[in-house]
Amino acid sequence: MNAQAETIATMPTQNEESNESLLQIRGLKKRFSLSGDFLEQLRFKGGKLVRHQEYVHAINGVNLDIKRGEALCVVGESGCGKSTVARTVMGLISPSEGEIRYDGQRIDDLSSKQLLPYRKRMQMIFQNPYASLNPRMTIQQTLEEPLRLHHPDWNRQQILDKVEDVMRSVGIDPDWGKRFGHEFSGGQRQRIAIARALAVDPEFIVADEPISALDVSIQAQVLNLLMDAQRDRHLTYLFITHDLAVVEHFGTRVAVMYLGTVCEIATTATLFAKPRHPYTQALLSAIPRLEDDRPQHIRLSGEVPTPVNLPSGCVFHGRCPHANARCKQEIPALKTQDDGTRVACHAVEEGRL
Amino acid sequence: MALLEVSQLDVRFALRQGEVRALRDVNFTLERGERLGIVGESGAGKSVAAFSLLNLIAKPGFIAGGSIKFEGKELNSMSERGLRKVRGNRISMIFQDPMMTLNPVLSIGEQMVECLKAHRRISTKEARAIALDKLRQVQIPSPEKRLDQYPHELSGGMRQRIIIAIALLLDPDIIIADEPTTALDVTIQAEIMALLLELCEQHNVGLILITHDLGVVSQVTQRMLVMYAGRVIEQGPTREIINDPQHPYTQGLINALPQMATPGEKLNQIRGSMPSLSNLPSGCAFHPRCDFINRADGQPRPACTQQVPDFVDSGNCRVACHMVAEMLEDRRLKEESL
Amino acid sequence: MTTSTTSTAPSRWERMRDSFLWYSFKRDRTAQLCLAVFICLVIAAFSAPLLAPTDPYDLAQIDILASELPPFWIDGADEMYTLGTDAQGRDLLSIILYGTRVSLLIGFGAVALQALLGVTFGLMAGYLGGRVDAFLMRLADIQLSFSTLMVAIVVGAVVKATLGSAFYSQYAVLMLILIIGLAEWPQYARTVRASVLAEKNKEYVDAARVMGLRSKRIMFRHVLPNTLSPIFVISTVQIANAIISEAALSFLGLGMPETHPSLGSLIKAGFDYIQSGSWWITLIPGAVLVVLVLSINLLGDWLRDVMNPRLYKG
Repeated sequence: MNAQAETIATMPTQNEESNESLLQIRGLKKRFSLSGDFLEQLRFKGGKLVRHQEYVHAINGVNLDIKRGEALCVVGESGCGKSTVARTVMGLISPSEGEIRYDGQRIDDLSSKQLLPYRKRMQMIFQNPYASLNPRMTIQQTLEEPLRLHHPDWNRQQILDKVEDVMRSVGIDPDWGKRFGHEFSGGQRQRIAIARALAVDPEFIVADEPISALDVSIQAQVLNLLMDAQRDRHLTYLFITHDLAVVEHFGTRVAVMYLGTVCEIATTATLFAKPRHPYTQALLSAIPRLEDDRPQHIRLSGEVPTPVNLPSGCVFHGRCPHANARCKQEIPALKTQDDGTRVACHAVEEGRL
Repeated sequence: MALLEVSQLDVRFALRQGEVRALRDVNFTLERGERLGIVGESGAGKSVAAFSLLNLIAKPGFIAGGSIKFEGKELNSMSERGLRKVRGNRISMIFQDPMMTLNPVLSIGEQMVECLKAHRRISTKEARAIALDKLRQVQIPSPEKRLDQYPHELSGGMRQRIIIAIALLLDPDIIIADEPTTALDVTIQAEIMALLLELCEQHNVGLILITHDLGVVSQVTQRMLVMYAGRVIEQGPTREIINDPQHPYTQGLINALPQMATPGEKLNQIRGSMPSLSNLPSGCAFHPRCDFINRADGQPRPACTQQVPDFVDSGNCRVACHMVAEMLEDRRLKEESL
Repeated sequence: MTTSTTSTAPSRWERMRDSFLWYSFKRDRTAQLCLAVFICLVIAAFSAPLLAPTDPYDLAQIDILASELPPFWIDGADEMYTLGTDAQGRDLLSIILYGTRVSLLIGFGAVALQALLGVTFGLMAGYLGGRVDAFLMRLADIQLSFSTLMVAIVVGAVVKATLGSAFYSQYAVLMLILIIGLAEWPQYARTVRASVLAEKNKEYVDAARVMGLRSKRIMFRHVLPNTLSPIFVISTVQIANAIISEAALSFLGLGMPETHPSLGSLIKAGFDYIQSGSWWITLIPGAVLVVLVLSINLLGDWLRDVMNPRLYKG
């Protein structure tokens, strides 16, 4: 029986506080300072010494829930903040504002010591297979390290067995443990990175563009591996990608991001069948399909604005074919539609689209 | 006579472990205004093919054999001076990463003027006028401002448009585009590909598009080549190959795309990975990954492991595969016996 | 890129044999010559007690009447003293051997100290960033604004004043190692900091953080091993620099005393005698110093070229 279909059928249509949520992100905002340290911020302007601060507004108010067992895909183009969201969830970056709760507990303000038990439950897979393995450690050492850290009571044999076990489960021959990362191909390195994440038996995995750097035929292999892992280990995924074809195949629900805000959240089938937000529509039309004879995409006007000076109101209004005066002034909130899709768009709310 | 004729192209690299054949027996032609796609994964040799057309292969690579004829003239035996007249002027090239291609310390205008003045005897004023005209053709907003801006002030999509404008500056006959949109977002990619297509059609410029993205190839090109481990394994009209691929590798590539799989089910994958060029399998380079290595009766086909397959004509396409050759042979025999 | 189908991993020896370093070394005659010269000098210097025909520190063996004898290829030489003698009658060959040993000791010792301080500070500054980085780098800047000479003068003067000249002479080697080591650690610190900043953004560091490893472990176990190649390259140059610095200091009288000379003080000691015709007292130790430093520098050049990733991809 198709596990995905089951989840879709039984998913509650609203109720954010449902205790089915494994991860809750509320009001997340993140700014990166461009201004350097204090001395560099001081400038002479209009005869006075002023403090000039510029920020990259990477995330501007994101609310997301991830339910146990689902694969939530976050899509968007470069600069939309999806990678920043992933890193904030994993604690690599601390948020400027907002909360992140894992299984009901707030985790964004914990010290690294307090966070340690969560590290066993939440793991991450990175984009670049060539940089995510330490070039000076053998595969064996790379895979043993998390086990030694999280299971200090295990003896040597238990660790060796577990390493062998997890290597086999990702399709890497355990005899190759003594080799270094650079002796493997991109696809194999990514498998090893997945093995490292799975070694501690997590329940939640954040995957930041895990297959974008791989060849097409290898992408299929690794994606299948991730799907198998989900089924066998009952994993929950936060899957970041820009490849909508992968989303259509792999995701339970999809969140579309643009310039640090979420435009639309829907189940995969609904999003692809009936995209509501103008940006989602443009994004979907831009995917080159094998059936096309010519490019058939919705043309967007203008360029992507910089996240340093965010546009007022709706971040998409400058390029949107349906923008009106309200769009320029008021930031749209995510509103739930009748089929459960949540869209942040004035035109949709007003029934213009 | 075709505009560009490449036959038996053989490119090798002299590495310390021996000589590696990066390209072997590559043949194709390009008519005026025609759009050709070269498809393959990394390591297949498609970029080597592109670079070798303009003799841009750097040491330790070298062209070991074959001929590249442009308008009937052999490019391989041309002097460096002669080649410079061709490069940028008659055949220009677009590379993958726009930030690497544009000189960060020169303004856009300076780079474009420099390119023009290298090939034509014109004044700077005239050159700027031409540059402005090309910037308008690639639909860059406020082109006058852009001439004095520097590459880092512009977004990735804009830079790629400028690269296209530079490629068009001298009204070339052929543009070679090496993965021009791989580094770009999907909406920008769509716009750039549409732009390239329009410009090529309007000015009757030939296009050789190198990419791994089958969707892009399908939207833009009229004919395509599929490369594997340094050889062309299938070539023909794009539409036909995409709708009915004959070589098992091409079939595998298309089937491995997520859009071809049922949501929630596993993707169809090709097992294994492309062999390294210095360690090719015997016979057909694809045989370790091929599902059709056995004949219909279940017996293995010896040719697959022993003999490198030759091209056979199948409709409008040419395929280098023993299984396809066998199938065509069987069909022909059946027709003859009727 | 595929892997080989053998299941046994190559041993360390096999890896080294197949490595690009060895391949490049085999083809570069200059590197081979320099390494050979350097190794010969090191072995000769450290076997000085065995090789030297006389012991120049043993006052009983010095014959003042045999002073200023020329080397063997000039008339008037005494075959017992192959390279001649200096103004005090010490055999030049012996004293050069012992002097080279002192120079090398100080060179290696100083570089060890520089590396220890520099790598630790660079690692901390690069990885921890923020205030730690600012503080350590300002410290490095301050250190760099003092020239080695000035530090030597100040430290020398202070030690001599408080603990006496004899103490200074006795512990001269240690003092020089300390001085040169302290003067040059910013070189290492800056190089390591640059490497660490580059490595810090790589995903394997993120993976280590996501694993829950603590900063200290990540710094030393993950980041440090990957910043080592530039350290090897600058070490060769720094050894040469240290030897020259020590020679310069000794030449100015701020380094090794005459009774326990290094190559530098030998050069100094013989300098006055050039006018009177005994050029060998200064020039032969000078030649040895030049050969030593040149071979190290050329080795360093070769190493830098070999370890430059962009160069060897072509």
